[in-house]
Amino acid sequence: MKTTVLEKSAVDNSSKDNQTLISAERYVAIDKWIAKYLPENRQAAVIPALHIVQEGNGGHLTVALMDELAQYLKMPEIAVYEVASFYSMFEHKPVGRHKISICTNISCLLRGSEELVDHLKKKFGISLGETTSDGKFTIKEVECLGACVGAPMCLIGRDYHEHLTPEKIDAILENLE
Amino acid sequence: MANEVCFSTIHLDEPWALSTYQSAGGYEVWKRVLKNKTSPDEIIGELKTSALRGRGGAGFPTGLKWSFMPRNTPGQKYIVCNSDEGEPGTCKDRDILRYNPHALIEGMAIAGYTIGASVGYNYMRGEFFEPYDRFEAALEEAYQAGLLGKNVLKSGVDFDLHSHIGAGAYICGEETALLESLEGKKGQPRFKPPFPASYGLFGRPTTINNTETLASVPYILANGGKWFLELGRPNNGGPKLFSVSGHINKPGNYEVPMGTSFANLLEMAGGVWKGRKLKAVIPGGSSTPVLPADIAMDMDMDYDSIAKAGSMLGAGSVIIMDESTCMVKALARLAYFYYEESCGQCTPCREGTGWLSRVVNRIENGKGKQEDLDLLVDVARKIGGRTICGLGDAAAMPVMSFIQHYRDEFQYHIDHKRCMV
Repeated sequence: MKTTVLEKSAVDNSSKDNQTLISAERYVAIDKWIAKYLPENRQAAVIPALHIVQEGNGGHLTVALMDELAQYLKMPEIAVYEVASFYSMFEHKPVGRHKISICTNISCLLRGSEELVDHLKKKFGISLGETTSDGKFTIKEVECLGACVGAPMCLIGRDYHEHLTPEKIDAILENLE
Repeated sequence: MANEVCFSTIHLDEPWALSTYQSAGGYEVWKRVLKNKTSPDEIIGELKTSALRGRGGAGFPTGLKWSFMPRNTPGQKYIVCNSDEGEPGTCKDRDILRYNPHALIEGMAIAGYTIGASVGYNYMRGEFFEPYDRFEAALEEAYQAGLLGKNVLKSGVDFDLHSHIGAGAYICGEETALLESLEGKKGQPRFKPPFPASYGLFGRPTTINNTETLASVPYILANGGKWFLELGRPNNGGPKLFSVSGHINKPGNYEVPMGTSFANLLEMAGGVWKGRKLKAVIPGGSSTPVLPADIAMDMDMDYDSIAKAGSMLGAGSVIIMDESTCMVKALARLAYFYYEESCGQCTPCREGTGWLSRVVNRIENGKGKQEDLDLLVDVARKIGGRTICGLGDAAAMPVMSFIQHYRDEFQYHIDHKRCMV
């Protein structure tokens, strides 16, 4: 888990320009967001852009990446750090290939999220907020994800998994590379 | 079902597709408005008749909100949709985005026309990948059909609509925090006044409505405000989506007329699970006061009836708790949530939510002191009404109501260092 920024950026196969940490392809994606706002409101794209940059870096942000983005969005660097540290989806240290964000809020608690969390902790031998030694899984406790009628639930990658049981989550994890 | 609005097409194949939406009369209102150049006052009048109230939780009359917009002042104005659904217990907007995205698009287009906004943003929470994909696909369909963009259907009216995404922060559901977030900042609520209608997104006049509110608009204008009103009750128009979660046999989103009895809704959702008895209900999402079973069973599901019962309809997020529930533990989880999600701007909330969480937690863990109950009530009172936004009150209300109705359980935890249930 001690990968540097430069090594990590190799995760992004589309990286063509060695002079930037953020790949050309990702800048194209960021530009699509910038186009939604008036030119003077370019900064409005920072949250979507941080998502794009984080995804390209294997799931976490670095100061170097945020600095480069700040320059591109014409924002003070500190303004990007503020945003990146305010929102819970942004990570500031490496995470596993699969981040399991598990909701433990009231509706999920009532339907057995504690059992699920215990199961995952035992299965991986790690605590909430930690990553397995092979770098495959991170388990993270999150607040309500707005799928309460499917409780208990979790988010893995881009997908919600609902009505979970320990057996069901085992089956889901088995299918992940 | 005949009484459904936002879910009226949910039983059809691919309800999210433009063709499905149009087969049920979708976009006819938008076309009619563009063709006849319907006066904004007429649209607002229809909404006022309908008694549509904000579905995000505050219940503010939508027609009145739209009437606040200075639509004839020059310069850019905005319509913003709040799809930052994150109040524990609430998960209805996700289903509107997934199953009826075109109703939201049409509602936003009509709203933009009415308030004089040529640009709209739909702010969806960052974790809503699937709903975002559905909404984006629907936007593309609408653009391709010429229903959005410049000079829509050669009417001379422009309306551009964009998605925007968050990144995990409950506070961004507060409308001015959402605007800050949309501008690319930390989601910290603004002082009001000025209200968004005069100083909103990028400092321009802005109207912000909830997803369900905006998605209801085309149906109201298609069938008339009176029709919508009569589906519900006076001052509580229409049906409402209720997310029923927790200890229930068939958890789900149910769109039922305002004024439906809680007992009926409970039955629709299959009753309390495992044959157990109902203990308590949080009727409108985690911020709304908890109600004991006997009070809930006598209550109807509309703004005024739930207020009379001592709680709030909120976002219609009904959390069911059976007799096995430890109320101390339930409150400990809610108190932690507000502590975790406080944006840190106002001292009473930033510090007070930490106190609430730590004190409830120590009672839950058998380390409570006798004076803790009064301490909790004191801290809660000192947060409520002393913060820029409603999160402070939202954190205080569960604490007050849990202790009010279940004081004996808290006392038992303090006396016996364990739970009575």
